[in-house]
Amino acid sequence: MNILWLQSAGCGGCTMSLLCAESPGVLDLLGDAGLSFLWHPALSEQTGAEVRALLAGIEDGSQTLDILCVEGSILTGPKGTGRFQMLSGTGRSMLDWVRSLAPLAEQVVAVGTCATYGGMTSAGGNPAGAIGLQYDGSYPGGALPAEFRARSGMPVINVAGCPTHPDWVTETLLLIAGGEMNKAALDELGRPLFYAEHLVHHACPKNEFYEYKASAEKPGQLGCMMEHMGCVGTQAVGDCNIRGWNGGSCCTRAGYACINCTAPEFEEPNHPFTETPKFAGIPVGLPSDMPKAWFMALASLSKAATPKRLAENAVADRIEVPPTLRTGRK
Amino acid sequence: MTERSLLVGPFNRVEGDLEIRLEVKDGRVAQAFANSPMFRGFEIMMLGKSPMDALTITPRICGICSISQSAAASAALGSLAGLPPAPQGALAAAIMHGVENLCDHLTHFNLFFCADFARAAYAGRPWHDRAVARFTAMHGSAVRSSVEARAQILHIVGLLGGKWPHTLAIQPGGVTRAPTARDRIRMTSILAAFRRYLESTLFGAPVEEFAELSTAQALTGWTRGDAGLFMEIAEDLVLADIGHGSGRFLSFGAYPLPDGPALAAGTWDNGTLGPVDTTEIREDLSHAWMLGEARHPTEGQTDPDEDMQSPAYSWCKAPRLAGRTVETGALARQVIDGHPAARDLVASGTNVRARVAGRLLEIARTQILLETWVAALKTDAAFITDVALPDAGSGEGLVEAARGALGHWIKVEKGRISGYQIVAPTTWNFSPRDASGTPGPVEAALEGAPVGPGEETPLSVQHIVRSFDPCMVCTVH
Repeated sequence: MNILWLQSAGCGGCTMSLLCAESPGVLDLLGDAGLSFLWHPALSEQTGAEVRALLAGIEDGSQTLDILCVEGSILTGPKGTGRFQMLSGTGRSMLDWVRSLAPLAEQVVAVGTCATYGGMTSAGGNPAGAIGLQYDGSYPGGALPAEFRARSGMPVINVAGCPTHPDWVTETLLLIAGGEMNKAALDELGRPLFYAEHLVHHACPKNEFYEYKASAEKPGQLGCMMEHMGCVGTQAVGDCNIRGWNGGSCCTRAGYACINCTAPEFEEPNHPFTETPKFAGIPVGLPSDMPKAWFMALASLSKAATPKRLAENAVADRIEVPPTLRTGRK
Repeated sequence: MTERSLLVGPFNRVEGDLEIRLEVKDGRVAQAFANSPMFRGFEIMMLGKSPMDALTITPRICGICSISQSAAASAALGSLAGLPPAPQGALAAAIMHGVENLCDHLTHFNLFFCADFARAAYAGRPWHDRAVARFTAMHGSAVRSSVEARAQILHIVGLLGGKWPHTLAIQPGGVTRAPTARDRIRMTSILAAFRRYLESTLFGAPVEEFAELSTAQALTGWTRGDAGLFMEIAEDLVLADIGHGSGRFLSFGAYPLPDGPALAAGTWDNGTLGPVDTTEIREDLSHAWMLGEARHPTEGQTDPDEDMQSPAYSWCKAPRLAGRTVETGALARQVIDGHPAARDLVASGTNVRARVAGRLLEIARTQILLETWVAALKTDAAFITDVALPDAGSGEGLVEAARGALGHWIKVEKGRISGYQIVAPTTWNFSPRDASGTPGPVEAALEGAPVGPGEETPLSVQHIVRSFDPCMVCTVH
């Protein structure tokens, strides 16, 4: 299958992340699955007139388009014209191009949280009128209407993440190539379940601190970051801690908060990203699927039961107290 | 006399969106106009937010210079607080930043720049078969091995910063993760593997041998590895004859460490070294789709002209230093830092070959710096200190991204951001004309470029533009 990749209004970081795929690298991964780029703005040889000819061929039907990948939000401003991003050399806005090309593709993949929901490009009053391909924040209907379907009958596949993990993109494309990508494989926001059925909290190395509410109070400390540091890993979908990034790490492993970058509207949490909003001293926002009363009861109980080891390590920058060893004798 | 206009776009293998309009006369570019056709408005988004949010938001301006944006935001906040980071935290941040810059140079050379030499238009050249084997887009052996080497060295950012791009590990007080002895030996091993890659593939020689080249002749006459293949191609295509620069360079100084930057800050004007005075910066708006007057970034505004009126032709503002254009990037850094081969090279002018050669020199030097820094990590030291931000004040954060001088200017009132301005490297290099009509550096470098009779997307123009390694997403932001 062929892939046309367009970079609309984003940072290009999802492509840069994609190049971090390993075992094997992205070029082998895609090639071995019979996937090839018709054109990619960072990777292909063709530029200028060559690309315009290719795009014209897709529009006039002489070139089949299998997979359209769009990275970056779609800009609607100024005044609804889309002219905040013109596809250079074509005199047409990216908004116009995406609306023209998407119905011609067998599958449409939105790569990254900008392309899926608007993402960081729509932060702070959304000066450029950024929206996602098929969502505007958490609301269905973006550059393409909610009822849009690609030639395959599928809605836009939303590979959300800021940036996306390289494997989220390659595995989505490989599942498409293998004929295994269908609506049942997506969650309610169009995200592939293979990574969206997990929480960032799963396999977080701070889980033992979480269990006892042994919390970090400042950046650089080892404790759980939910209570004070703005971490929403217990609510954010993603297999970041299971899969690992760049050799096996991820945000919480490096000592900073999960900011729920796979979710619509993560860019506007209504509080500073790395501070937990509180009501009467109690953090607002519960772990997913946790009844509030139980959470409160368990939290106060576990906090009272916090072992000294965890209490001390939580506010240290390195393990100060190792686990007590059993000697093997009584 | 023949005249024609060309519109070059989509211009790929640059980061982000770029459109170049050319006025061609008698087979040469007479005038060039660089348009940055995408505006997002990050400087507007920042207003009213908590100053610390800059650390989350600004890296997302750019997915290839993400750590540079993060380091600049962090430096601006540190300047606002009036406190330096923990020394070891600064070192860890420099390691992450150095890895990003190294990767960006590698990506530029193998994926963005050299792919053009594999084009059918160059068939028959004595080096073309080798260029096809090594540099063909997505398939060349150099392309593939560079992508793998890059993915592996980015494990260092994984270890220290969790992920790349868009880490939140770099803070005004240092970094959020204190590396252990185990982390240090892993990083040492990763760097050893990367050295093996550089020595077997890019340089075909010990990294030191390339880094210590002392004359332009030794550098441009290098014959080994892919660097040698590039020099051979550059000689044959006379890439030293196109893309001339003004000979004026700017560097804010790379990798701020407790004893000063690892690569010196300064300006260079055709042989004369000078200090950087950032009060001399003005962003001219005469040819940008921006409303308002030319101002220093501390007083700067971002107010897009929604009617996109002429004579403006780009979303990019036009920064000038003491009223003049300057070029920024790896070559500028190496010249200002005093690398003998770089200085010798620009003595005969700035051009396409010199820019690429400057980047190659910097790859070698950065590898050595990274090894030194990792060895200097103290795994019992503090990597972050407390930094309390004032409720009001201003800060300036100056760093060197792969592509050159990057500045963030923050203003805070009542604990909230009341002003945030960013001048990125490609804002300097790809600026439009200013009020006096003076073209920006790439526009000037394109003048005189040869255009063949049938060429719609002239190869010389592609080489010149890509020799700057533009990052268009940073440019307008």
